[in-house]
Amino acid sequence: MFKRKWLTAPYLAFILCGTVIPLIAILYYGFTDQEGSFTLENITAIADEEHAKALGLALLLALICTVVCLILAYPVGLILRKNASGKKGFVVFILILPMWMNFLLRTYAWKALLAGNGVLNNILGGLGIGKLNIINTPAAIVLGMVYDFLPFMILPIYNVMVKIDNNLIEAAYDLGASKGKVLTKVLLPLSMPGIISGITMVFVPAVTTFVISQILGGGKIYLIGNIIEQEFTLNGNRQLGSGLSLVMMVFILISMALLNKFDKNGEGSII
Amino acid sequence: MSNILELEHISKKFDDDLVLDDLCLEVKENTFMTLLGPSGCGKTTTLRIIGGFTTPDEGRVLFEGRDITNLPPNKRHLNTVFQKYALFPHMSVGENIAFGLKISGKSDQYIRDKIRYALKLVNMDGYENRDVNMLSGGQQQRIAIARAIVNEPKVLLLDEPLGALDLKLRQDMQYELIRLKNELGITFIYVTHDQEEALTMSDTVVVMNQGYIQQMGSPESIYNEPENAFVATFIGDSNIMGGVMLRDKLVRILGVDFPCVDTGFGTNKPVDVVIRPEDVVLAEPGKGRMDGVVSHLIFKGVHYEMEVQAGGFEWLVQSTSMFPVGQEVSLNVDPFNIQIMNKPESEDEEAVVIDV
Repeated sequence: MFKRKWLTAPYLAFILCGTVIPLIAILYYGFTDQEGSFTLENITAIADEEHAKALGLALLLALICTVVCLILAYPVGLILRKNASGKKGFVVFILILPMWMNFLLRTYAWKALLAGNGVLNNILGGLGIGKLNIINTPAAIVLGMVYDFLPFMILPIYNVMVKIDNNLIEAAYDLGASKGKVLTKVLLPLSMPGIISGITMVFVPAVTTFVISQILGGGKIYLIGNIIEQEFTLNGNRQLGSGLSLVMMVFILISMALLNKFDKNGEGSII
Repeated sequence: MSNILELEHISKKFDDDLVLDDLCLEVKENTFMTLLGPSGCGKTTTLRIIGGFTTPDEGRVLFEGRDITNLPPNKRHLNTVFQKYALFPHMSVGENIAFGLKISGKSDQYIRDKIRYALKLVNMDGYENRDVNMLSGGQQQRIAIARAIVNEPKVLLLDEPLGALDLKLRQDMQYELIRLKNELGITFIYVTHDQEEALTMSDTVVVMNQGYIQQMGSPESIYNEPENAFVATFIGDSNIMGGVMLRDKLVRILGVDFPCVDTGFGTNKPVDVVIRPEDVVLAEPGKGRMDGVVSHLIFKGVHYEMEVQAGGFEWLVQSTSMFPVGQEVSLNVDPFNIQIMNKPESEDEEAVVIDV
């Protein structure tokens, strides 16, 4: 009999070369110095003021971005749950349409829009409202993050929302629940798997981004991703880069573990 | 007994489809009323209007004399048992039952006692902490009933609650529901397409078709005295044939005169005649009113079911005595087992509209 498990061989090879080997390399470099002997310096380097600040800022901005995405996406999910099925597909299509374009292009577009004498400020100036100086600030970075990652919040929430049986909502009303109670006692708990996977899919890439912060931060705001990128590229210090990467991974794992506490059934988590 | 619920001239359209047309219905306190009819007859829409999930286009819903037409479901003093149970999957059995009580702010002690009482009532003692997703269909149905009745509604609405259960369980649950209704002393409004369920459990059966009430009455009167051909065919098996009412108490069926008990149809009036298969009496040829030949025979357990060709009509006959295929027999029907009905007034309206 033909063994089906061999069909997974290409994927296994890909995972081995693309994830497992690089991860081992990062582990190796993270715990060695330039001469190749064991050290913890690359790890403890996170305590440097510059590094700690970058990590803190990355976590903070990713958190803000995740919360904003959740606030924007959840009502969309609620509305889509109610509406006639014919229109649903179209609305979702519109919402994920930005995903069809490379995110670098979209980020550069925001840079052009937000620039000091960019499109937005020209319009605002023309209307006599005054200038909006958010380019090269953390606010611009959060805006870029939200724009880039919002579809990853909407899709999983939408997916669980449309599967919630309408009978359950009617049953809750029937038992005396107000609209607010239906939301907190039935809709929220039942959509938790979607919320969890949405948070995961937004928070992790947001915490590790370095491109958005580079483009919309004007190269002046350093997130942990920018520091790591510079160690690998500009400074050629792959040992320090690896060490900081490991620390960042630990922080992400901790965040996900905290998140999983809210997800009793473990349906929404990706780790 | 006073009316707990009244529907006044209810009409409802979905898109261009008229689902209910000027429906009027009165529900007496403490009765078991069943809305019976084929799918699409408007019975579920009627229940949803009573529950508050659907707003009628026209008409009023009165609850204890008060207009509740525009009251949302969470403000109505009635509870629903849904067709597919609709138990909250993220809650235990106990939490499901406690849902309504918690919302109305009852004390923990009260809620605990109520859960225990309700579980006992539906024969599910000790299931408080079970996961609802692990229960069988019949058990989920019991929990759905328990969840509804702990709120002490004055009217319990049941939307085909036994539809998904197997035959044996369904029959057991029918007796359970009758017992529950008697113990709770509240009004049940039950929707089903299963005529046997309706006849077994109800005090009052409302037969519906195409958005109209066709007939309303006790199970016995619905079965024995169907007012039109739709009710006669929908409830049980029947022989329906055209006839002529010659005069009071005499009807001509298939060219043979049968004495009957109906009066007031006038003379030489064309009518529809219903004769239940168990009311046809078979005997040796020449001893009845018509002679015929047995063309089919099936053993049904309690009785035999036969088809008899007589007078150009295929009579359905149920009898405990067996006549083999090919045997010549005679047919007779007792006068009070012949049910005379007016012919439908038009072709598209299968049955006359009856004002209740």
